[in-house]
Amino acid sequence: MATETDNLRGLPAFRPVPSLVPVIHVHNLSKRYGSTVAVDGISFTVRPGQVTGFLGPNGAGKSTTMRMMLDLERPSGGQVLIGDTHYRRLPEPLRRVGALLEAGAVHPGRSAYHHLLWLAQSNRIPKARVREVLELVGLTGVARKRVKGYSLGMGQRLGIAAALLGDPPVLLFDEPVNGLDPEGVRWIRNLMKGLAAEGRTVFVSSHLMSEMALTAEHLIVIGRGRLLADTTVRDFIEAHARSYVRIRTPEPERMRDALTAAGIPVQQAADGALESPGAEAAKIGELAAANGLTVHEVSTQTATLEEAFMRLTGDTVEYRALGGQR
Amino acid sequence: MRAVAVLAAELTKIRTVRSTGWTLTSGFVVCVGFAALVGLSFRNGPSDPQRYFDPLFATFYSLTLGQLALVAFAVLVVSGEYHSGTIRASLAAVPRRGLFYGGKLVAGALVVSVVSLVTVVVTFVVAQPALGPRKTSLGADGVPQAMVGAWLYLMLICLFAMGVAAMLRSSALSLGILIPLLLLNSQGLGNIPKVKTVAQFLPDQAGWVIMHLAGPPDDPRWARAYGPWTGLGIVALWAVAALVGGYLVLRRRDA
Repeated sequence: MATETDNLRGLPAFRPVPSLVPVIHVHNLSKRYGSTVAVDGISFTVRPGQVTGFLGPNGAGKSTTMRMMLDLERPSGGQVLIGDTHYRRLPEPLRRVGALLEAGAVHPGRSAYHHLLWLAQSNRIPKARVREVLELVGLTGVARKRVKGYSLGMGQRLGIAAALLGDPPVLLFDEPVNGLDPEGVRWIRNLMKGLAAEGRTVFVSSHLMSEMALTAEHLIVIGRGRLLADTTVRDFIEAHARSYVRIRTPEPERMRDALTAAGIPVQQAADGALESPGAEAAKIGELAAANGLTVHEVSTQTATLEEAFMRLTGDTVEYRALGGQR
Repeated sequence: MRAVAVLAAELTKIRTVRSTGWTLTSGFVVCVGFAALVGLSFRNGPSDPQRYFDPLFATFYSLTLGQLALVAFAVLVVSGEYHSGTIRASLAAVPRRGLFYGGKLVAGALVVSVVSLVTVVVTFVVAQPALGPRKTSLGADGVPQAMVGAWLYLMLICLFAMGVAAMLRSSALSLGILIPLLLLNSQGLGNIPKVKTVAQFLPDQAGWVIMHLAGPPDDPRWARAYGPWTGLGIVALWAVAALVGGYLVLRRRDA
């Protein structure tokens, strides 16, 4: 057995993924609830062989989009195709698309084993596979216990087991790391990377940029239902996570003039300090000395990915804390 | 083939929650136990030959109470999907709404048909010795029809309940409507002369004639505008209407 379970997911290493792994096409998709627009005409493509991150603040429309992918909600406009087929027309969809949905869609009075059993039966997946996925997510010991008593993390593992049940070439994960401990987070990260490395199409939503930077290769960013970016993670970081030099001085006017004269871009930060994007701290220090300027601080700052993400989605956050205090 | 797979999955769902056990068991116990009590209380009644007495009334009266537990089972089969969120997993596994809905209804109806058949037969068998001298027998006039009628009635009323639950998508709401309808209506409305004109067409009332629960048919106070089988047909119409309504809600609303 040990030789069979030596890859990332503990599954037999030679489990060929169907040669034609479907691409997910989202075309001009929108969803309105009354006068509220949850998803506003977004189009993108999710390709196989890589983890595609679906990033956006809470309330951006990520879950709605994923539910529309599974035909759980009817789009107000546009459509989603799995390969060239609408989800509803897939004959045994769990063998084609596996999904972890938000907030465990499981009857609390049923055991994990029985939940997976009826799922397997509905798509004619062999019963043996139920034990296999339970083993894989580490729930074998509690498989016969009712789901009611599960922790958030265990519920999440059960959802992942359900997604993997049909060994599908396409996988959708909605906020998979929610409720997992650090070890669990690492496990799911490696799982998703492993699934993508096998050639599968892996689409994972998150509101955490830092998590996506570690997991995904491609990024789809949305805010208030609109597509904000469709790019590789590397390009996103290069474009958005730039460094700048922060300067504090009692003579900001003169400093600004000196910088401008030297051709260094400068702007004023909210706290009165000056910021020069892309500049070198040493050069600014020398410039200050040459002009006889007093400085209290000259330091290089690197905007984190999280800040870059916040900047990108800044205008689109649905629920902003009042007064700027957090 | 797909339909068989979906049916198997739905039967597994029914089998693996505790509510199934206690609703069906209590339905059976109430029907049978109460039939014995009613039988015993009629056993030594006044044997005035002029006075109307129908042993089948005494036999099947308990079904009007026991049906509530079966209806609760039927409601939970459908609405259990909604309050737990299982509906999203169900529709992701079986995205064709008609196939999913059909599988669920057939699974629920299969279980109800077996349980209600056993319940009706045992209720009859237990009620007769309790009635003692006033008992009837399987071969007596009208008895086979009443038994088949009671069995079909219980199935139809459960299908009606499943349709209502599919429309309302909530156990509390569905039971909040069905229990008063089945209990209060039966005990109260059906006996008020003016209200009876309309109330006799309500789903449970329409099933009473074939089960001999509607009172002496010759007495104008109790007479109905329809016969036993037509009455059952009216119950079936209610069930079909509720089921179609439930299907339309499932198709049109987001999960």
